Amino acid sequence: VPPPTSPRSHCARRTTFPRGHCGEASEPLARQNGGGGAGLRWGLAPGVAALAPWVPVVGLEIHAQISSNSKLFSGSQVQFAAPPNSLVSFFDASLPGTLPVLNRRCVEAAVMTGLALNCSINKKSLFDRKHYFYADLPAGYQITQQRVPIAVNGSLSYSLCIDNKMSQMVTKTVRIKQIQLEQDSGKSLHDDSRSQTLVDLNRAGVGLMEVVMEPDMCCGEEAAAAVRELQLILQTLGSSQAIMAEGQLRVDANVSVHHPGEPYGVRTEVKNINSIRFLAKAIDYEIQRQIEELENGGTILNETRAFDSKLGCTVPMRDKEGMQDYRFMPEPNLPPLILYDTKSLPANVNHQQVVNIDWIHERLPDLPSAKRAKLVELYGILPEHSFTLVNEDGLTEFFENVLKQTQMKPKKVIGWILNDLLSYLKQHSCTVKESPVSSVLLADLLNLLEKKEISASAAKQVFEELWKGEGKTPLEIVKEKQLQLIEDREELEQICQAVIDEHEKEVMAIKAGNQKIVNKLIGLVQRATQGRSNPVLVKQILEKKLSE
Amino acid sequence: MWCRQARGSVPRRLAAGGGRALAGPSQGAVSGELLRHLEHLALVDFRDREGVERLRGAIRFADRLREVNTDGVEPMDSVLEDRCLYLREDDVTEGNCTKELLNNAREKVEEYFVAPPGILCCPECDLQLVSHNSLFSVR
Repeated sequence: VPPPTSPRSHCARRTTFPRGHCGEASEPLARQNGGGGAGLRWGLAPGVAALAPWVPVVGLEIHAQISSNSKLFSGSQVQFAAPPNSLVSFFDASLPGTLPVLNRRCVEAAVMTGLALNCSINKKSLFDRKHYFYADLPAGYQITQQRVPIAVNGSLSYSLCIDNKMSQMVTKTVRIKQIQLEQDSGKSLHDDSRSQTLVDLNRAGVGLMEVVMEPDMCCGEEAAAAVRELQLILQTLGSSQAIMAEGQLRVDANVSVHHPGEPYGVRTEVKNINSIRFLAKAIDYEIQRQIEELENGGTILNETRAFDSKLGCTVPMRDKEGMQDYRFMPEPNLPPLILYDTKSLPANVNHQQVVNIDWIHERLPDLPSAKRAKLVELYGILPEHSFTLVNEDGLTEFFENVLKQTQMKPKKVIGWILNDLLSYLKQHSCTVKESPVSSVLLADLLNLLEKKEISASAAKQVFEELWKGEGKTPLEIVKEKQLQLIEDREELEQICQAVIDEHEKEVMAIKAGNQKIVNKLIGLVQRATQGRSNPVLVKQILEKKLSE
Repeated sequence: MWCRQARGSVPRRLAAGGGRALAGPSQGAVSGELLRHLEHLALVDFRDREGVERLRGAIRFADRLREVNTDGVEPMDSVLEDRCLYLREDDVTEGNCTKELLNNAREKVEEYFVAPPGILCCPECDLQLVSHNSLFSVR
């Protein structure tokens, strides 16, 4: 049985089903498939009588490190990469006699995030202890919010492009079950050769926001898009820098499969995913693994698996002896966290001691979705373009800077930004900030093009030169390589005549009525002039000559 | 743990500590599986006769709470529930005491604490569990 095709093809079909479109059986689609063809669903092989399709179910648990100066319950510093155990207070090391003191900035970060994700903010939330033994958790428990978290019942909208082209985007929503504040643990470095674990508590006690998403997604692509959007939102709010590579955003995926109409299958948890790309891969691999296992008569264990990025597969993690019993209990050292809004704000209160939800709401910055809508409205670009602009760090700014310095219309400029600049950046793995072509240089180039001093193909040649970063201006390059458009009409006429003379067959075809061949002649003239002729003018001259 | 309306509603005989325990679901029966589970969670080895008897006694003692009628009473989970949760400014005021912290460590490697490998969880492992005798000082 040949393996199913890549998931993209099935996602391309439905956009109207709220979820489960990846595997939902449906008559029209089955008829479309006929004997199997494009748009295979999970588990269906081409040419085989349809096996019952599978519905994958994907839920995510995301931990985002709060961007703050100090930790959640202590005054030690939050910093990536510092000498081991240098950012640790007595409380973080769990020495007796220490108590947690809540950091207001962390509360504000959680409220901002909750508001941005359309959650209800709980005006009273509680802290709990979650007990388990591990070397990097010195207290033997983690302070979290299990019973009543700070925010609940939100939603996150994200977009997917269908068919792997940027031409069609569809919006999906995933429900946010809750957001809770909790402590991060320290870091363990396993030294298997000496049979020991080295522990660094710098990260122990750093504030985390755990964002729990309902299992509304059905494949790796959806999960990746949702996480990317969440990342953008967190970065826009400033509540977390959400850099996955630095462990500021950690994603665990819960994956299961079932047949339509049947109850959900056993789920596995996939951990150790270090990038958004790997997230999609890990989820898709796990879905496939579960389907194959079940179709071969096996069962799925409720276990935790780690994603091995080198092998591209998930492997069982060391067995944790079945389900953990966390013995949740209220944190006895912390009273309930009370939040206020403008109505409930008590008079004569110390502002430092109060978090006002309305105050935070009024100061929320423009979220990515609002930014994209503004770009589309202001500049008349396509929604897909706005996605790429907002997705790429610094690209919107670059685009707007070019616009300020050129007469060229935004709809034309965007082509240069997305097709030329961005593809060069991607090819050379550069960020926008590292671009050898600045917005000033690009604007200069586009002005030359707009003023018709060079042709479009010449402009591309100039761009390639600019990319070398040798410090030359577009005008200098044009002069150096003699790329200016030929102004002399007589010269152009001579070249056109020469092309006509050398291509009798084509000329006869044109005179016989095949007008399309004119384009071939135009191309030949372009080649003869090394891209220095204005195609519109050339066409005029050719047509005039051919009609004589 | 006291209920909020405890004053006057705790029967005198309980307060005196002489009451008979109500027949709760445990009834002193402690299965081997429960013992293993508790040892696993607490990392304490108490499966000898004395340990099990102590455990039974502790359960009997705690079961006496069931004699109090708590219908319609909101559980209180902290005596601090009507206090204000103090919010701290986001300033760096602590840390930078690596040497002091590592002074407490029996073993260290450069500036790291050293711990045994793996997850400390199974009584079946040859990890040394703490004996209950050293934990409970007074009966």
